[in-house]
Amino acid sequence: MIGIDTDMIARYGPLLLAGLVTTLRVCALASVIALLAGLVLALLLRARLLVVRGAARAYVEVMRGTPILVILFLLYYGGPSFGLVLDAEPVGILGLGFYGAGYFAEIFRAGFESIPKGQIEAARMVGLRPRQIVYRIQIPQMLGLIVPPSVNQIIILVKESAVLSIITVAELTKNATQMANETFAVVEPFLAVAVLYWVLIEAIARSGRWIEHRVRHA
Amino acid sequence: MIEILADNYGVLIGGAATTVVVSGMAIAIGMVLGLALAFGLLSHRAPLPALCGFYRSFWRGTPILVQLLIVFYMLPQAGIDVAPLVAAIVALSLNTAAFQGEIYRAGLLAIPRGEIEAARMLGIGKWTIRRRILIPQMFRLVLPPLINEAIIILKNSSLVSVIAVTELMRRSQQIASTTFKPLEVYLIAGAIYLALNLVLAHAGRRLEQRMAISGARA
Repeated sequence: MIGIDTDMIARYGPLLLAGLVTTLRVCALASVIALLAGLVLALLLRARLLVVRGAARAYVEVMRGTPILVILFLLYYGGPSFGLVLDAEPVGILGLGFYGAGYFAEIFRAGFESIPKGQIEAARMVGLRPRQIVYRIQIPQMLGLIVPPSVNQIIILVKESAVLSIITVAELTKNATQMANETFAVVEPFLAVAVLYWVLIEAIARSGRWIEHRVRHA
Repeated sequence: MIEILADNYGVLIGGAATTVVVSGMAIAIGMVLGLALAFGLLSHRAPLPALCGFYRSFWRGTPILVQLLIVFYMLPQAGIDVAPLVAAIVALSLNTAAFQGEIYRAGLLAIPRGEIEAARMLGIGKWTIRRRILIPQMFRLVLPPLINEAIIILKNSSLVSVIAVTELMRRSQQIASTTFKPLEVYLIAGAIYLALNLVLAHAGRRLEQRMAISGARA
């Protein structure tokens, strides 16, 4: 069995925790962007104009068919070519958000399609506005169907946020790599970081099941 | 952009070929390990389901980038010296095994129990039931999520560029750093990944149609 230097983990605890905080901040902001942009995309996927539908479909296919690393490199290293000059962290948040939006769009689309057309026709007949139909009729009924895959997608997003370390965002994986470089140890930093992600993701999965339960029985 | 393509198409094709080999090997090895994992998860022999559950929990609960770094840095620590290419294939295989295991478990559970009972009554052995009755039917059921997983692995294979495997992403980075045209290079890389994934998705749909039982209900 390989010996584990607990002193080293204690010494680098603050660095790892700072990384964890950055990971949490990045993922929270990226999730908000991905959810909102995903909702807009899902609505555009159902637009009446073929051009709008086609453009939304193309966006979703490109995001789902391209690695997140390519998207991040395009924004971070290619961004200056089209006037986008940002620090690594905002680029990471935008990249994760735009990337996740493609996946959330498909989740929401499936949710919209689950609602019988008759209900929407009836709502129109009684004079509800399109906005009201979305917020009052479609979204509340979709929740039961979209919460489990959405939680799943957020978990995927958290795991993908590790890739931000490659464009030098000082999140959990980046700080663990720094710890490995400074101490020449590999077991302690990578085990510590694996455990932290594992706990974080288990916590999200559990809260997801709790939300799912609440939504189903609301 | 066309200039970059004209100057580097050989290198890009070579990189794409490595990407295909790495992901293809990982998916194939993951298939074997995933099948074993699925039967382990469904087993009734005491420690086996718990052990397999622990394996699944770790490989699904930590970022693939962290897993890759763990495999790459810890194998030499354990006295096993491997080339980066091998470490990449090992890490991706162990990761996809957990996801494929879960897909196969769901597929196996969807096969009517009566079929297994009938086969047992006819005196067919346990392994023959698995090989001739369960696995063939299961593959037809799980083809859509399996193709999805293959696409995810193909995209995640871009991460092995971090451990200096010269696949598509690594080659693109090299070209970007010599031409100083990151935007164009990563757009090309993204397009190649997208094309590979579209081909994979299309092949999946064709295979699904071929494997469908004519006249059977969905």
